[in-house]
Amino acid sequence: MTIIDDLVTDNEAASEGSIAAGNGVLGKRLLRKEDPALLTGEAVFTNDMKVPGALHLAVLRSPYAHAKIVSVDVSGALAMDGVLHAYSGADLADQWAAPMPCAWPVTDDMKNPAHFPLAATKATYVGDGVACVLATSDAIARDALEAIDVEYEPLPAVIDLEQALADDVVIHDEIGTNVSYTWPLVIEENEGDCQKAMNESAHVVKERYVQQRLIPMAMEPRAVVAIPQPYGGDMTLYSATQVPHILKVMTALTLGIPEQQMRVVCPAVGGGFGSKLNVYAEELLCVQLARTLKVPVRWNEERGENAQATIHGRAQIQDIELAADENGKITGLRVRLIGDMGAYLQLVTPGVPLLGAFLYGGVYEIPKAFDFSCTSVFTTMTPTDAYRGAGRPEATYAIEHAMDALARKMDIDPLELRRRNFIPKESFPYEAYTGLVYDSGDHDKAATVAEGMVDYAVLRERQRSQNVEGATKRLGIGVSTYFEMCGLAPSRVLASLNYSAGGWESATVRVLPTSKIQVVTGTAPHGQGHETAWSMIAADKFGVDPADVDVLHSDTAIAPLGLDTYGSRSLPVGGVAIGMACDKVIDKARKIAAHQMEANEDDLEFSGGVFSVAGSPDKEMPLAAIAFEAFTAHDLPDDVEPNLEVQVTYDPPNFSWPFGTHICVVEVDTETGHTDVLQYVAVDDCGNKVNPLIVDGQVHGGVIQGLAQALYEEAVYDSDGNLQTSGLAEYLVPAASDVPPITTGESITPSPTNPLGVKGVGEAGTIGAAPCVMNAIVDALSGLGVRDIQMPASPVKVWTAIHEAQAAPNSQENQ
Amino acid sequence: MDVTITINGEEHTHDVEARTLLVHYVREHAGLTGTNIGCDTSSCGACSLHLNGEAVKSCTVLAAQADGQEITTIEGMADADGTLHPMQQAFMENHGLQCGYCTPGMVMAATSLLEENPNPTEQEVRIGLEGNLCRCTGYHNIVKSVLAAASA
Repeated sequence: MTIIDDLVTDNEAASEGSIAAGNGVLGKRLLRKEDPALLTGEAVFTNDMKVPGALHLAVLRSPYAHAKIVSVDVSGALAMDGVLHAYSGADLADQWAAPMPCAWPVTDDMKNPAHFPLAATKATYVGDGVACVLATSDAIARDALEAIDVEYEPLPAVIDLEQALADDVVIHDEIGTNVSYTWPLVIEENEGDCQKAMNESAHVVKERYVQQRLIPMAMEPRAVVAIPQPYGGDMTLYSATQVPHILKVMTALTLGIPEQQMRVVCPAVGGGFGSKLNVYAEELLCVQLARTLKVPVRWNEERGENAQATIHGRAQIQDIELAADENGKITGLRVRLIGDMGAYLQLVTPGVPLLGAFLYGGVYEIPKAFDFSCTSVFTTMTPTDAYRGAGRPEATYAIEHAMDALARKMDIDPLELRRRNFIPKESFPYEAYTGLVYDSGDHDKAATVAEGMVDYAVLRERQRSQNVEGATKRLGIGVSTYFEMCGLAPSRVLASLNYSAGGWESATVRVLPTSKIQVVTGTAPHGQGHETAWSMIAADKFGVDPADVDVLHSDTAIAPLGLDTYGSRSLPVGGVAIGMACDKVIDKARKIAAHQMEANEDDLEFSGGVFSVAGSPDKEMPLAAIAFEAFTAHDLPDDVEPNLEVQVTYDPPNFSWPFGTHICVVEVDTETGHTDVLQYVAVDDCGNKVNPLIVDGQVHGGVIQGLAQALYEEAVYDSDGNLQTSGLAEYLVPAASDVPPITTGESITPSPTNPLGVKGVGEAGTIGAAPCVMNAIVDALSGLGVRDIQMPASPVKVWTAIHEAQAAPNSQENQ
Repeated sequence: MDVTITINGEEHTHDVEARTLLVHYVREHAGLTGTNIGCDTSSCGACSLHLNGEAVKSCTVLAAQADGQEITTIEGMADADGTLHPMQQAFMENHGLQCGYCTPGMVMAATSLLEENPNPTEQEVRIGLEGNLCRCTGYHNIVKSVLAAASA
């Protein structure tokens, strides 16, 4: 096991250039290898590809949330210059070997209506594809959509989750209900323990929170290019996806293409946040049409389509009941969810609430008095699926916002209440109420660091003096803590949750004849800097300069094994696999070195890229020489094969459990309802850091996405099911001027689960931020009688909440 | 119609439809795909480039309007010998980019901002870049990059 020492703690110090060989690069703020290409326009995104002869696909989308398709006439489009083909959903109905995939049938009786790339008989959300055109240019293809005549018979929209539950309007006739599944998780020592806690505890808070629908809005819309090899039978799919390996398998299954003939490549990918963790209609349309027409087919998504036809996230109603004894120690927890699946189940749609189910207990000691159930329903809106955090931000919001409600009820400081419930550091590894084992944690440390960074006691003093009667600028202090279940995932645990695949990751490490190193990974980065971080892991192992390591990824022909990038898994699963593969390469090199130097393997030391013989300082052999010996194979030991190359598949024994504390300070203007975030502090403990520069970047971006849920973002539908926020003009992705700077604090508690001691950090910021900001806003206004505000806390909602609270009789008693 | 535009010092003439946007001219006709498209409402700024030295969103300009004028795209920012423009260098050194999709537009907008205001405050940088959206960085390191470029 390699100890990662020399962790640089100065958050502002960036290293210039690369580190000299053998110095141990892990933990250094190395600048990214990816950047020069991205900064100069050299990087090629899917839509940048030049593909001679490609036909452009455009998709006609339903303007109705729910409508029978009576007839589709594409003849007008076909009559236009430059249009070569046009099809209705019915025209293509026999093209699909299987419906579009849902890989997570969470219960045996889950209802999953068959979903095809184009709807043939019924449209079930605004944006549902009903017909398509292939033309010689994108502009012609899009123009031609207007010449397609579709007759619809509109049906009532279903956008309210409780209305969906009532089944007054059933969306998918063939399943006869809008309920997809109910998934319970009850953990009690004795039956009825949870109810007993609710009946007998000193304090119970009962809250309803609405996780509004969010639109991921990666800056790069999706794009697809399918290139057939008509006479050889091979098919290459280029796609702006996070999941080339999953996409390859699913495309083969859905289209009946022999998997060995299917290759998926992701060129540069411009962000994902879960929205590119899917198998989409347009990918399947491009491949199938390219295959049958024997010509390249491409599609690029416009932003308006992205808002309507790429998955949405969150979208849950949460009822949470939290019981505590007279000291505030939690005695029981009950959660009821209604999950909004949207119109269809996409790749992992039904599993998202399950990922959160295990995190409703937060970072606290929770007794076995836990009663969770999620009922998920179909609605006539865009399908939902995993969006940054996927179930875990929702769960964290509920427990952290409820903890604040409990603290207010008990009239104690919210940070103090949390401390009374923290799982103590010495209890780790800690078997939680769910049976899952939390690997490591030091919640008091993370909280203490954050507390110190904001000077918490002084802040509370300032708040008391500022929030006097009549004050129109009220100060609020928000605290949130979190545990994140990431490093997805141990395959056997996934099996117990009915997930259709495993959670391993693959790495191949080879030392080339000239001693340069190639790392082949199954992860699929789209902004995370894997090329930099993975080369640092290998460089540290081999004692070489990271510049001498190249990372190959995101092409199933080059990296055939992998399960891709999502769920903060790439480092704790994929990165760990790379470290293990490096160790095995070194073991092999050691055998060759021992043979060459006529020494005993056990007497060899490997340091700084050189094998030396203990006690014989003149006998040494650099890795470069061994690599060449392995290549020529002129003089290898009898049991050693030529070349230095090892492939490792690592299935993690446990999830990894990053944690942290966020604190923010807001000032709410009671006259305008405007919230100003004055300060934001994030202490995210993700175990050892490979590159703190990248870790900080992930936290910054994550925090702002969570803050954006709290303050700005919401997919708004009208009662007819029309998406009112179908672009960046209406959907409020914040700009630089809308958000504060973020101060990151340091806490490092290595994971004992893997040899690198790493945990993952991609989702952490998002998980901590929304409850932190909302807790601050309610904290600012609770003195005015405001009990809660649902997200996003827009000025009008805040203003209204203040005025309603003030108008209520005995408003001071509502405190 | 024929439209002639000098792009990164090189004259281009292409026969384009009258409705062609400058961003499509640059990407599809001149073949310079460093300028990205992120929306269809002139909201995101990913397509920002310099028209006669000033940042514009190239989705809000018709190619025909740029006829006879000079533009600089992200491909024209680094020196011929590969030395990055100080703004590109500052983004690299301050981790001002992650996925890199908004980055060309962000760099073009930021250089134009410093032309107008060589020594901006943090708040002036934030307001100056509010027409350019980034989904990855939370803007923290973008602002830091621009301030670093200003003091370089």
